[in-house]
Formats: sequence, C-alpha cells, structure tokens
Amino acid sequence: MAKASTLFTYALRLGDDSLIIGQRLSEWCGHAPTIEVDLSLANVALDQIGQATHFLALAGAIEGKGRDADALAFKRDVLDFTNCLLVEQPNGDFAQTIARQFLFSHYQALLFGELAQSKDERFAAIAAKAAKEVAYHANLASDWVVRLGDGTDESRTRMDQGLQWMWRFVDELFVMDEVDAAAQKAGVGVDKAALRAAWDQRIDGVLNDATLARPASRRPALGGRKGHHSEHLGHVLSEMQFLQRAYPGAVW
Amino acid sequence: MSDAKDWPLWEVFIRGKGGLSHRHAGSIHAADAKMAIEHARDTYTRRMEGVSLWVVPSAQITASDPADSGPLFEPAEDKIYRHPTFYSIPDHIKHI
Repeated sequence: MAKASTLFTYALRLGDDSLIIGQRLSEWCGHAPTIEVDLSLANVALDQIGQATHFLALAGAIEGKGRDADALAFKRDVLDFTNCLLVEQPNGDFAQTIARQFLFSHYQALLFGELAQSKDERFAAIAAKAAKEVAYHANLASDWVVRLGDGTDESRTRMDQGLQWMWRFVDELFVMDEVDAAAQKAGVGVDKAALRAAWDQRIDGVLNDATLARPASRRPALGGRKGHHSEHLGHVLSEMQFLQRAYPGAVW
Repeated sequence: MSDAKDWPLWEVFIRGKGGLSHRHAGSIHAADAKMAIEHARDTYTRRMEGVSLWVVPSAQITASDPADSGPLFEPAEDKIYRHPTFYSIPDHIKHI
C-alpha cells in the first residue's frame, strides 16, 4: 500500500502534465493556420484539460485538505508545479508545436495504456478514458510530422528544428524517481522506464516515414517533477491563473 | 489566404447512428482524404454527432442545374399515387 503523499504526488504530476500542455495548445485558439487546424488543436487542448481536471480532482481527494482541481490548477505557484519540462516549452511555430505533441502524445498513449491496468481503479478509470483521446492525438501529430517532414524544403526545415528544440526534454518523461518507484511497487503506477523501447519504436517509425533523422542525443534537461522549471512556465501560469488571482473565487 | 493556396474543399457526410443513412453535414478544407477525415472529425463530430464519416471532394459532385428544375422535378407533382400514403406503417418502424 503506497503512502497517501506518494499517490497525491503521482496524481498531481499526471494532472500537471495534461494541464500545462492543454494551456499551451489553447494559446493557438484563433491563431492556427486554418480554421480546421484551429479546431484540431483546440480539441486536443480540451481533451488534455479534461484529463487534468480528473487527475487534479483525484489528487485533491487523496490529499484530503479540501483542495479541488481548480484550487490545484489556479492557486499554486510555479515551484509547486510538477509537470515535465516538455509540456511547458513554447509553441514556437506550428511545426514546433507538432513536435512537442508528437513526442508527448506517444508517451501518454503508452503510459495510459499501462495505467489503465492500475490496481487503483480511480487511476485506471481516468487512464482508460484518456487512452482513447491520446491515441487520436498521437495519430494526428504523427500525420503532421510526416506531412511537414516529407513536405517542402521550408516545412521540412521547420519540422526538423521543432524536433531539435524539444528533443532534450524527452529523457525526463521516462525517469523513475522515488515517487514513481513507490507508486509502481504498490501496483498503482507505471514503470515508465520500461515504456522507452516501445516509444523509440513508434517515434522512429514515424520519423522514417517523414524522411527525418532522429535528433542527436544531448544532455537531458531534468527537474520538472521537483519544481525546477524553465523560465517559460511562470509566463504560462501568469496567463492561466490571472483571473483567479485578480478575482479570487470568481465563478461563471 | 488566397484561393490558389487554399486546400481543396471536401463535403462531409455523417452517419448519426447505426441503421441511418449518411447525411450531408457541411464542408471542410483538406490537402487529401486522410486529412479530410481528421478535419471532418474535429469539425463536425465534437458533440457525439456520428458513428461514421464520409468525405468526398466537392469537385467530384455533379449537381443538377437549377435552370432545369422544371423538367426535372415538376412532372412528379401530380403523381400522388407514388406516395406510400395508402399504407398504414407499423409504429415500431422508425426510419422509412
């Protein structure tokens, strides 16, 4: 049986990942290359924010101090966020956004596939629903990686640069720290390190179709799970949390 | 965006549920059939509208000429015996 503090952190990390990439994707709303792509990105964003709502509500329930999903999303400061660094990276151009989504959605697809088997049925239920959503996200992003990579000289260059930007944040996805290990030992969490081989296979397959080279390994950027974030997350939060900071408790 | 750079137009048809026909829902722009299905899904099935999608390049649809509507459609107006109104339809037949 895992400690409540372990499961709280475990749920919080899952929720923060989905919340921050959902917020990032929402920045595209009204700015995407076409109205259809605008809707595609907004749909992915809404799926992610829905997942965040479930995981953060679960975290709050496990914690038992009266914090709901909104309190966890809007009333924590940057050092208390436990998302991985990948999801907070800037949108850049469309290709950079697609690169981030491609790497992250394939990770989520593998993760939720395993988490749906969790002994803790609360985690399993959220993961089972989310697995279908992220399977679509992974397909959509892969499709764009191939279109842009195997497209024009310009789209290929941009897709390549987007992957180069995001690649240093990949290793963090698969790190197993003491929280992950304890959650896994209790039969609740997933052995993320064991997902890497399947992830590599998926990514390499798409990159091959896209005629793109896998970016060279670089010193990985780590620390998001401990609250050591890039300078970008504070700016994400300042926009996301503005309303609750300016008008505490506002509802509509 | 100029017309020359726009993706081609596709017509979207959605089957609402098993047993029903696909019905025209609207149109979307897409570079090819695969993208058209994705865009149709993201644009027209966000509120559980369907269980199946068809997409057809708009350019592949041949429409009747409105100027021909007289010869095409008016001859049917006095053929009332073609309507199945002389039969009673059992209550449990939903879609006819």
